[in-house]
Amino acid sequence: MTPSLHLWLIPILPLVGAAINGLMGRRCSRHAVSGVAVAFSGAAFAMALWVASQISSLSLPHLELLSPWIRAGNFQADFAFFLDQLSLLMLLVVSGVGFLIHLYSIGYMWDDAGFSRFMSYLNLFMFFMLTLVLAGNYLLMFIGWEGVGLSSYLLIGFWFTKDSAASAGKKAFIVNRIGDFGFLIALFLLIKHFNTLNFAQLFEQIRPLQPEVAGAGLLTAIGLLLMVGAAGKSAQIPLYVWLPDAMEGPTPVSALIHAATMVTAGVYMVARSHLIFDRAPSALTVVAIIGTLTALFAATIGIAQTDIKKVLAYSTISQLGYMFMACGVAAYSAGVFHLMTHAFFKGLLFLAAGSVIHAVGGEQDMRRMGGLRKYIPWTFWTMTVATFAIAGFPPLAGFFSKDEILWKAYSSPHGSWVFWLIGVVTAFITSFYMFRLWFLTFFGEYRGAQPSSKAKLATEPAAHDSHAPDPHAHDNHGHGHGTPHESPMIMVLPLAILAVLSFVGGWVAIGGRFERFLAPVFDSGLTASVAESAAETGGSTETLLMGISIAAAVSGLFLAWFLYHRQPALPARIAASLGGVYTAVYNKYYVDDLYNTVFVKPLLKGSTTVLWHGVDQAAIDGTVNVAADSARHVSDSVRHMQSGNLRSYAGWVAAGAAAVIAYIIWAGVR
Amino acid sequence: MVPLSYYLMLSGILFACGILGFLLKRNIITIFMSIELMLNGVNLSFVAFAAHWHALSGQVFVFFVMVVAAAEAAVGLAIIIAVYRTRETLNVDQVNLLKL
Amino acid sequence: MTQTIPQVADYIRILPELVLAFFGLVVMVLDPLLDDEGSRKTLGGIALLGALCGLGASLWMAQSPGLAFWNMVRVDSFSVFFHVLITAIVAVVILTSYEYMAVQRIRAGEYYGLILFGAVGMTLMSSAVELVLIFIALEISSISSYVLAGFRRREASSSESSLKYFLLGSFATAFFLYGVALMFGATGSTNITAISQALQAKGVPRLAYVAVALMFVGLGFKVASAPFHVWTPDVYEGAPAPIVALMSTGSKAAAFAVLLRVMFEINTPGRFWLIWVSAALSMTLGNLSALVQDNVKRLLAYSSIAHAGYLLVAFAAQPGPGISAAMFYTASYAAMNVGAFAVVSHFAGAEERYVTLADYAGLGRRSPLLAATLTIFLLSLIGIPITGGFFAKFYVFSAALKSGLVWLTLIGLLNSAIGAYYYLRIIVMMYMREPKGEITVRRIPASLGVALALSVLATLYLGVLPGRVLDFALRSATQLMQPHRAAITPAPTPPVGTM
Repeated sequence: MTPSLHLWLIPILPLVGAAINGLMGRRCSRHAVSGVAVAFSGAAFAMALWVASQISSLSLPHLELLSPWIRAGNFQADFAFFLDQLSLLMLLVVSGVGFLIHLYSIGYMWDDAGFSRFMSYLNLFMFFMLTLVLAGNYLLMFIGWEGVGLSSYLLIGFWFTKDSAASAGKKAFIVNRIGDFGFLIALFLLIKHFNTLNFAQLFEQIRPLQPEVAGAGLLTAIGLLLMVGAAGKSAQIPLYVWLPDAMEGPTPVSALIHAATMVTAGVYMVARSHLIFDRAPSALTVVAIIGTLTALFAATIGIAQTDIKKVLAYSTISQLGYMFMACGVAAYSAGVFHLMTHAFFKGLLFLAAGSVIHAVGGEQDMRRMGGLRKYIPWTFWTMTVATFAIAGFPPLAGFFSKDEILWKAYSSPHGSWVFWLIGVVTAFITSFYMFRLWFLTFFGEYRGAQPSSKAKLATEPAAHDSHAPDPHAHDNHGHGHGTPHESPMIMVLPLAILAVLSFVGGWVAIGGRFERFLAPVFDSGLTASVAESAAETGGSTETLLMGISIAAAVSGLFLAWFLYHRQPALPARIAASLGGVYTAVYNKYYVDDLYNTVFVKPLLKGSTTVLWHGVDQAAIDGTVNVAADSARHVSDSVRHMQSGNLRSYAGWVAAGAAAVIAYIIWAGVR
Repeated sequence: MVPLSYYLMLSGILFACGILGFLLKRNIITIFMSIELMLNGVNLSFVAFAAHWHALSGQVFVFFVMVVAAAEAAVGLAIIIAVYRTRETLNVDQVNLLKL
Repeated sequence: MTQTIPQVADYIRILPELVLAFFGLVVMVLDPLLDDEGSRKTLGGIALLGALCGLGASLWMAQSPGLAFWNMVRVDSFSVFFHVLITAIVAVVILTSYEYMAVQRIRAGEYYGLILFGAVGMTLMSSAVELVLIFIALEISSISSYVLAGFRRREASSSESSLKYFLLGSFATAFFLYGVALMFGATGSTNITAISQALQAKGVPRLAYVAVALMFVGLGFKVASAPFHVWTPDVYEGAPAPIVALMSTGSKAAAFAVLLRVMFEINTPGRFWLIWVSAALSMTLGNLSALVQDNVKRLLAYSSIAHAGYLLVAFAAQPGPGISAAMFYTASYAAMNVGAFAVVSHFAGAEERYVTLADYAGLGRRSPLLAATLTIFLLSLIGIPITGGFFAKFYVFSAALKSGLVWLTLIGLLNSAIGAYYYLRIIVMMYMREPKGEITVRRIPASLGVALALSVLATLYLGVLPGRVLDFALRSATQLMQPHRAAITPAPTPPVGTM
């Protein structure tokens, strides 16, 4: 019997913080609010670290039952927590990055009127995300899954007075529901066929099953449905459309939820369910194809975006595609490894972007930036680390994880050179658009509004201090801001820490240590294991492929340098000569418009004419009104039983008694 | 010796008389007396069954019923007085403020 | 058979009753020595202490399960469950009464004494396994409630409520008693275990059927199930609001406990259709009548009839899931209903002036906290998830479905839908209508705040973590169906011995 770690405390701590700030935050000072928020998320992180230190004395997977929950017949789902190497890793990433972003948010959101609300939501998100990660069964995981969706909706629409923010929130919510629908059906299938959702029992039952090689069976169906859920949450084709819009939320939210943690929940879920996918090769192939296509597709859109956060959003989608590519070739540990490094460098990129936006007074268009490295050196250097990391330059974190994925895509029995090739092309594009962002933002001349042209100042309060961080101004409006300036220490510190992690984070995998660490989790239980066959090929091919991917990264850097630093006029001419292609890319391949025309508009029209006027107003309202009227009628007559006269009441009792006795004598005689 | 069924018959008749009294009489005190009649009908059954089974417990039960009936009578009369004070009538048909 | 002197363990097994009775006596003795104000404050405090000690004693009693006093009382998980539930209800009701009595300007000594004595009866009902004792316990609790219902002495409606409750209650008790007599006649015993053995051994005489029917009439009256429910709305409307809370949860829980013991431990013959029809009728009549009610107390009275109906659905199901679902339902119904009546009794004001639906208009703005708590209770009464009401309905209906009661479940679900309408009507009133006139809502005093907080916590706890309570209920159900496992003395005998 292993000792109890009180795992339930980890998610509960942020919930307590959320409750305190949610209920009393409005009346407390900002210092108190930030103290509470940071203390509780920090405590969760500390607890996670402590758990990690205990790991050697535990027999993993380690199960802890907090309390029974739903018991219906043999089916049971409890508040139970499940700790193995995978959830431990996720735990550390989520609580660690989450804690840093809490710190950053204090500086970023300080002057916002909804400061305490924001902090409370952020803590709430942590609660749900940690529940998701630690859940011991799919149902509890689903609670966390829905909960992070809810918090994400609340945070995207944080500035709900702004139309675009409110509708972005709604879009995220609706698109995610489509995915959740798939997830739910998968859960129903699991309940129906295995009668349990507990990881331990469920995987016990699945382990002895054979792969469904010929055609599609139950596990394939479940796997595909789970992938639908994952595609919704992790913004994969075709459900990715909500993520770019989600950038309407405050930047720390984009960093925490829409880059580092929540969007990776889909990857986590697929990795957690790997036993199902291992036995459903066709589902696995679908995952790989979706991932690969998304990676390439989103990367190309990223080239033409001018909004700094939109570039990063598409880049996130693309990187998530890599993770699914890895999962799809049954290289789950590579996917999870990339998940971790991505959390570091993409979190950092968003935070740095927030710092840039902050510095130039709310401007998000890269065409109006430039030359910022002189003004904001800290941001510049940290972002440089992140950019090189995501582009895949050794020895930074991104290199190791991306290379691992590409190698597995090539060498795994489920892989193919096609995946590898698309992956390398995507790596080149990634490198290109990231350095484009880097050059446009930090090099050349500052193209933003000059201090003299501050026409807008007149409309703002006269006392507006351009150095006070005012994120409302940052994300909403604000042209003309004066000289760009560095962010306060509390924002720089998380940047620095994440920069270090983005630098060294990949080293844990040197010598295959990372894969060995996760190996017990990803043991497929099948005879032909992935790891063995991968080890056989190895050698010179691996070195060659690594060389190619480094070359791709370097050439991306060069092209970006040439186009955006050396010959800044050239891109416009190229865009003009490309004509339609460029416009298509710039407009994100018109996917949003396509969805609008194909799904949204007909739906709206259909629901207005058929559902609203026809079904709701005529049929349902009509029936309900009739039913309500007749119910009132019946109700009125029924209550006349209640005459108020005691003797008539006794009459009812006596009549009832007579009926009961009459019945029972009849029944007894029979 | 009188057979058991005679006692049971009589007890049933007493009980039914009590019910009818409750349903037909208008004076609250009379209604209350009807309840006592029902209880006495039950007591008769108990005693008869106790004799039948040669079990003392039935007779003991009767004592308890009588004690409880006495307690009920005390409380009941107090309630009736309270009603009379606010309403100045003992006609149960006029005690119908609460209805529907 | 030769045991003549009660052991210490015997007394421990009725310790909660002893404690409650002792505090009741203390309250009565001190009452003449205090003025009006003191009677409310001091005696209220003592009564609360008594209820809490009773709760502690119940938990202590749980340590020594077994039979006591010549097989008249049995302490098992089942009786512990109801002891804890009832003493907790009583504690919350006393907390609610604290302010209520001051606002109504009623002398409170006897009031608290009667509540405690009533609690003695209710708790005893849940552990008694001897029909004599059950009858006495039933009368102890009933007589206290008759008096308590009329405690707003200056109001004609209150004394009328008391009179109706008293006369009809005695009327129904007579039926119950007649049933007991016939059961005694059929089996020669009044001990539940002995009865069940006799019925198993010798077959079921026809007299036993009639006996069951008559007992069902009496108990059906106590739990306010149709067609024996007619007294409920009138009595609830006139009685003081905290007492309604006690009657609709505590007395009802105790009566359900007796009904469970009688129905399942005796494995009563011919009960199925009785319960089926009564459940369907209660749900339908209760919900339909509530639709057009404008008086909130009366509305909640009809709702309580409907809930008795939902509960009876569990009785019609198979014993295992059925009993545990019924127990869970009593607990969660108690939590939400005590809370709802606590709000009602606070808002009603002096002479319970504000009890109509129209008075609740705009409460959401005038007293957001009060409105929010009432909303939680109403949502739970509807059966919305994350409240106790949801899981209560869920377990009952799933037990019914597992037993193949498709039609009854359908009727229940339809009724839940109807029920949602009138609960939501209150919520709509509170939040979406402009307040009419000037009704000053008093600040929530500490005692009421604690009562409300406890009820909200209990409601949400049962809605989020129902597992523990349900597990306990399941264990109790198993014990109830195998009574001999918990028995200490073998071969239960008639209490006084055979001649």
